[in-house]
Amino acid sequence: MAARNPQGGRPGASNSRFAQFKLVLLGESAVGKSSLVLRFVKDQFDDYRESTIGAAFLTQTIALDESTTVKFEIWDTAGQERYKSLAPMYYRNANCAVVVYDITQASSLDKAKAWVKELQRQANENIIIALAGNKLDLVTDSPDKRAIPTADAEQYAKDSGLLFFETSAKTSENVKELFTAIAKKLPLDQAGPRSMRASATRPGVDLRPEAHSTQGAGGCNC
Amino acid sequence: MAGEDGDGAVHQPLDAKQKDESVINNNGDNDVKVLKNDEEKDSGVPSAPASREGTPPPLPPRRKLLETPDRRPPTSSGALTLPRSTPRSAARPPLQSKATTALSLADIHSHAHVNEGSYSNSPASRQLSLGGLRTAHSGHGSDGDETASVISYAPTMEAGTDVESMLGDVLRDRSTPGWVPFSPRKGVEEGSLFPDDPDFEEAFEHEFDELDDITSDGLDQDAVVVQWKAKLKHFMILSFAGKPIHSRHGNDQLITSSIGVVQTLISFYQGASEELRGFTAGGVRFVVMSRGSLNLIAISKLGESDQQLRTQLDSLYQQILSTLTLPVMERMFKNRASTDLRRPLQGTETLLSALADGFTRGSPSTLLSALECLKMRKTHRNVINNTLLKTRSENLLYGLIVAGGRLVSVVRPRKHSLHPGDLQLIFNMLFEAGSVKAGGGENWIPLCLPNFNNTGYLYMYVSFLNLDKPLEDITERPQSSGGTEEEVAILLISTEKEGFFELRQMRDDLVKQLGKNGSLEIIKQAVRRGRPACTDIIPGTVLRHFLYKSRGNVQFIMPSFEPAFSDPVARRRLITLYMHLHTALHSRPVHPKIHHSTSTTHTSLAWSTPVFELYAVAPANTQRAALAQAANRLIQYVRREEERVFIIGGAVF
Ligand SMILES: Nc1nc2c(ncn2[C@@H]2O[C@H](COP(=O)(O)OP(=O)(O)O)[C@@H](O)[C@H]2O)c(=O)[nH]1
Ligand SMILES: [Mg+2]
Repeated sequence: MAARNPQGGRPGASNSRFAQFKLVLLGESAVGKSSLVLRFVKDQFDDYRESTIGAAFLTQTIALDESTTVKFEIWDTAGQERYKSLAPMYYRNANCAVVVYDITQASSLDKAKAWVKELQRQANENIIIALAGNKLDLVTDSPDKRAIPTADAEQYAKDSGLLFFETSAKTSENVKELFTAIAKKLPLDQAGPRSMRASATRPGVDLRPEAHSTQGAGGCNC
Repeated sequence: MAGEDGDGAVHQPLDAKQKDESVINNNGDNDVKVLKNDEEKDSGVPSAPASREGTPPPLPPRRKLLETPDRRPPTSSGALTLPRSTPRSAARPPLQSKATTALSLADIHSHAHVNEGSYSNSPASRQLSLGGLRTAHSGHGSDGDETASVISYAPTMEAGTDVESMLGDVLRDRSTPGWVPFSPRKGVEEGSLFPDDPDFEEAFEHEFDELDDITSDGLDQDAVVVQWKAKLKHFMILSFAGKPIHSRHGNDQLITSSIGVVQTLISFYQGASEELRGFTAGGVRFVVMSRGSLNLIAISKLGESDQQLRTQLDSLYQQILSTLTLPVMERMFKNRASTDLRRPLQGTETLLSALADGFTRGSPSTLLSALECLKMRKTHRNVINNTLLKTRSENLLYGLIVAGGRLVSVVRPRKHSLHPGDLQLIFNMLFEAGSVKAGGGENWIPLCLPNFNNTGYLYMYVSFLNLDKPLEDITERPQSSGGTEEEVAILLISTEKEGFFELRQMRDDLVKQLGKNGSLEIIKQAVRRGRPACTDIIPGTVLRHFLYKSRGNVQFIMPSFEPAFSDPVARRRLITLYMHLHTALHSRPVHPKIHHSTSTTHTSLAWSTPVFELYAVAPANTQRAALAQAANRLIQYVRREEERVFIIGGAVF
């Protein structure tokens, strides 16, 4: 997988690019948001995972190609109602969002649609949204468990201008693809090839996006 | 969508004014005084300068005592001498006018447990602990009239006559002489301090197992009910309307029938004062507690006092408030009495269960309502305190460094203290429940600290340190070889909802500075050292374990559970013994200052002064003089080391 430690990045070839983006995961509780993040960041999966309390902040760096490194700063939110008033804080400055539903739970797509609507209304104008139908592994063996046909969700995603994947955090199917597709759609050009190091001097108080701030001369992912 | 949802907006930031008021209101007995500057403001706890640890100041005026005209307060030396008399089965010690070097003999309650299991009490001790149950609340302001207490206890008399049955089926086998000279269990070189009790061990071993699904494996409901009944401890939380909110064991389907019974009982006890709302049935102790719109029920075979069970229930209640805040919860019930609180509480079930399981395993911190600190040199702690102060960011309210549930250092505003109950909720979330643990990375957690202010939220930044590579970017919670005991967390708490990146920056600065000035290495060493064994503290001591609580600091110390209590069953039995001692010390109409008891497998001591509470256990054959000497040496140790074992003052801004 991608390099774990962006700090290890040394100034590499002069044409290498390093960009940093904020990503937020939204969706109903228990659809697998944390599991997707854990698969993406640590390449792990727990069959029994306790609900997220509040929100977790994680980072992961991936190499898009030989010269491009993308660092995600990820907010994994809890899907519960009581945290809803906090959600704007997590998506306000996000460059991209993954809205997750569970393909075996019909109601979870409705919830996902509501999140998409909210993002399109309230979030960054250029936010890139991906729709992820998770727990794909559950329908592989018993197709009758599927509650949401792929075509339906796909059509909805297309109409709403979303990236779309059916994923399994358990088998890791399409997980890497999902995040890579997002990274590829992000406006890397704005993240200039050379800039100052951002991390130490960041003004702390707000949740300003760090995307478009760049770091070093690019991390190498060896 | 967010704003449109009725019960969505639960988060009310709390303004500073609100906060101040509530803190003033909440400067109760249990506030962690060490975290406060102005200690004398704390009524309720005798204000003892920390340096006098082990040197009790003169006692407050005594309540009227009927039977012991010759009582004297302990001398200021605080030394302990136990009478030489042989263990008696009567709870009352002989009246002697002859003075000892320290405490009057009349203060000492001694009795023997003969041929008893660790949970079964001899008639004498049963009487004693019943006295405790009966008068759990009469300790203050009562005239100490025993007859009155007995009468007031009448509605729960069944419990009074039946402590044995309260201990339940698992204790059947107590005719076996308890003394096991050489336990085959490894790690225990000498005789076990508790008699063998295979039934209890069996029950305890499965206590935390999930019940089978009624539908799966073709198991019928009866079999599941048997499993359910075998649990040593249940907690249930119901709404006033009888809706289930939480049950430690069993799903709705399973507990529905119990709920009906429990609701009936609750209404039966509705008018009764809290102390009376306990009863024994089928060999199990039931305690019911009402708080706001909730009824909380503890069902236990573990032999706690009602007061102790109520403390546990209160903690569960505080956990619910911590998720919802009091006004939000009350509003929900006001709007709709039949509100299903499980929905707004979704995701916190594991926090409630982890708390409950902590009580079942046995929690010295809850028993004593006190905190434990990581022992280190005063100068070392000062460096850490100063680093916290130096790196403190603008919107920080509290900053804590915690190692496996033991406090390393705290920074706080001068006028705000921290309550052990609130810290317990936080420690439970971080070190017991898996939610934050499993998440990886850093966390931003809105929570209400109900003893600080039960009406609003605070926001807590949490990150775990990798002690081997503390300066590395955190991508995951480090795996520490020593389990949760060795995990070090940095907690930064703010009223600022959007303060995550500010506190994250502070965390980075803090860790960098702590690394530079050598503090991380010191914390690492202290953590790896673990708690000292009894014999490390006092070479050759007869004590096998102890709890020492400094009242003034609202902190306690204890030695390692190894080697005598390394397995969970032995640990649970030790805590149960402490609970009995605690009850004996706290709930008699005549507060004994010293309580001494012996059984065939251990001998134990509880000693209370205005400065400290001490609970200690030694092997059965320990001479009284030796036990007294050991206790005195322990007091000397604490006096000598108090600035290392306790956080005194902390970092205040
Ligand atoms: N079979 C299967 N289970 C999953 C998958 N992703 C998550 N889960 C399970 O679904 C439950 C909820 O997952 P979690 O990541 O906590 O959901 P969140 O609340 O959206 O963060 C957990 O028990 C996971 O093990 C998946 O892809 N396949
Ligand atoms: Mg989650």
